[in-house]
Amino acid sequence: MLSRTADHLFWMSRYTERAENTARMLDVSYQMSLLPQSAPVAQMGWQGLLSICELLPFYKSKYNEVTAANVMRFMVSDESNPSSIISCLRSARENARAVRGSLTTELWETQNQTWLEAQRHIHAHNFLDDPAKLFEWVKFRSHLSRGVTIGTMLKDEARSFMRLGTYLERGDNTARLVDVKYKAIESDFFGEANGKDQEYDFYHWSAILRSVSAFEIYRKVYRDVIRPDRVAELLILRSDMPRSLHACMEEVVSNLSIVSDNLRSGTQHKAGKLLSELKFGQIEEIMDTGLHAFLTQYLDKVNVIGESISADFLVAS
Amino acid sequence: MHRFDEMHLEANAGLRAHYQNYADWLSRQQAESMQAHRIEAEMIFRKVGITFAVYGEKDEDGSGTERLIPFDLIPRIIPAHEWHSLQRGLIQRVTALNKFLHDVYHDQEILKAGVIPTEQVTNNSQFRPEMMGVNVPSDIYSHISGIDIVRAPNAQGEGEYYVLEDNLRVPSGVSYMLEDRKMMMRLFPELFRSYSVAPVAHYPDLLLETLRNASPQDVEQPTVVVLTPGMFNSAYFEHAFLAQQMGLELVEGQDLFVKDAYVYMRTTRGPKRIDVIYRRVDDDFLDPSVFLANSTLGCSGLMEAYKAGHVAVCNAIGTGVADDKSIYPFVPKMIEFYLGEKPILNNVPTYTCRNADDLKYTLANLPDLVVKQVHGAGGYGMLVGPASTQAEIAAFREALLANPSNYVAQPTLSLSTCPTYVESGVAPRHIDLRPFVLSGKTVQMVPGGLTRVALKEGSLVVNSSQGGGTKDTWVLESDRS
Repeated sequence: MLSRTADHLFWMSRYTERAENTARMLDVSYQMSLLPQSAPVAQMGWQGLLSICELLPFYKSKYNEVTAANVMRFMVSDESNPSSIISCLRSARENARAVRGSLTTELWETQNQTWLEAQRHIHAHNFLDDPAKLFEWVKFRSHLSRGVTIGTMLKDEARSFMRLGTYLERGDNTARLVDVKYKAIESDFFGEANGKDQEYDFYHWSAILRSVSAFEIYRKVYRDVIRPDRVAELLILRSDMPRSLHACMEEVVSNLSIVSDNLRSGTQHKAGKLLSELKFGQIEEIMDTGLHAFLTQYLDKVNVIGESISADFLVAS
Repeated sequence: MHRFDEMHLEANAGLRAHYQNYADWLSRQQAESMQAHRIEAEMIFRKVGITFAVYGEKDEDGSGTERLIPFDLIPRIIPAHEWHSLQRGLIQRVTALNKFLHDVYHDQEILKAGVIPTEQVTNNSQFRPEMMGVNVPSDIYSHISGIDIVRAPNAQGEGEYYVLEDNLRVPSGVSYMLEDRKMMMRLFPELFRSYSVAPVAHYPDLLLETLRNASPQDVEQPTVVVLTPGMFNSAYFEHAFLAQQMGLELVEGQDLFVKDAYVYMRTTRGPKRIDVIYRRVDDDFLDPSVFLANSTLGCSGLMEAYKAGHVAVCNAIGTGVADDKSIYPFVPKMIEFYLGEKPILNNVPTYTCRNADDLKYTLANLPDLVVKQVHGAGGYGMLVGPASTQAEIAAFREALLANPSNYVAQPTLSLSTCPTYVESGVAPRHIDLRPFVLSGKTVQMVPGGLTRVALKEGSLVVNSSQGGGTKDTWVLESDRS
């Protein structure tokens, strides 16, 4: 297939997935902000979210204060922010439109409809009145888009490039989500454990789990109280957890093997290596070396794999 | 002046027979239900993304405007016998036009015979000297021809078909023909039970067959691509639609490159050779090394590969010389010259303003005439005398006098009307018809074409860029309905 087509498909999926994960991340922060807590702690939470998305300097250039309403506006409806939900949905649709002939009619109409409705949801109403409802909608449009992809697209290269985009983006986003929450917890709650903090701790962890739809999964897998190291294990190392880093990298490797041939094993090599780290990694080891360091390295590697895919397949040579 | 309506007979004398069933059905429909259907149609078109970009218009946020072409619920119905004679006329005309193109780029017999003044062809800006002596497969130049047909009453008040214009470069609109039919079948399936309407959905198959047959290489599976200027082009939807319907890659100039006089596209598995390019890009932009040097829509070296016979370009380069409005008056003579036949379809009488007599007549009759630019398209830069103010006519006179050879004039035809939904209800609006004629091993077409309708009361300009809409076009399978 055309390199340019593959590029559009890859980014269409990435942007769709990014919109979903941004919604998930905002949702968990919003839910947390509803708990009784001091203003500085709440602010810390929103600030952490911006910094993990590498958007703090840009945000500060536009808004004075870090407040819930401002951050939500910035991350949902601000079209000058390329990572806002509205921008992601626009980019997903523009990429889809550029290759609409390569999509099934159902898939194109799903993408187009998402964009048409998004403008209505985000601009016409004040979404701040009920942000959870908007986040729910974004998630479901993403589910729908994925379902229509799997249900209607021919199992060929085009689909593989879309899947590559989805899983590369998802792995990246899950890593950021875990990182931001660990950082928040380390700074605020760890160390001086009194009873109240431990109680909050539960809410923190359960919120993270819920944000990746893993609360019930955690219970099912561990049948135990919620412990931070297990949350990390579930979201990083479990291959059966659909949003874990391990599961995402497995999909990346298997889709790469469909689109790549022997000449271009560089990308496959890098992805395969990262997959083995996740396959054979142990959570104790990771916690010993430091979770933040591990996740930072992971994000770097995912970034390199993304660039490598781009150079090998997507950019016209 | 006579009027001709497709549905109603003159002077309230009733309905034309082929509209009787439809009119009965329409009279049984509730206004609200038809209104609901209109809204449904618009919603579906928007969801499907059947839009066109309007040049020069921007949304509030600065991105290009995507507009729907208004779709009218009342079909334009053509009886079988009328279509048969139209079809014969179209085949004859397109065959002659292709022979003319081959001739002007080879021996120029028609010029030597004095049928058409030589300088009118060779000095024409659409004449491509680069094409002299270039052989194209099967001598076919215009593989896809859009012939604009209008109907107007003759002296007896009978509707007569005229060819208004030939479009042999990159005619568009066929996707609306297909989508309009799909929409009608979705909204009003019951109508298709009472009328046997000739199907049109196989157009992409005929087009694909035509394109594959154009391949210069003797290969079993020629690689055919659709070349688009990109998603900001007004007809992008159609390019993507046709590529998808035919299962072809939709490429842009940046996807192509030429090596050793062969054209390749860049794919995820390396370069792939291309045999046929269905281009929706104008000649001028096709190859920056030969035509416009700053074009990024084409591919450098394409002309070289084309001349070497390594790739086919559909339509061929240089077809514009045959659909130019200054050549149009000669088409009936071409038919006689190449085929030895009498033209089946009428031309509209045309005054070529480069001729002193014609110019004089035109200047004297501006309020009654339609004056068009020779190379104009899309309804831009034309004067419709009867619909213009004195100031507009005066301004146009200046432009005409400054460069007479840039203009032709025609009597203002009273285009036929068809009942159409407008704000105040159903009212007659002027229409035209663009059948799409495919030339390959044979000349073929699907029955009908795209009917465009001028939605403004009294307007004769049907172009979508000027507020025109479309209607589904029904060719009946037999004259009994």
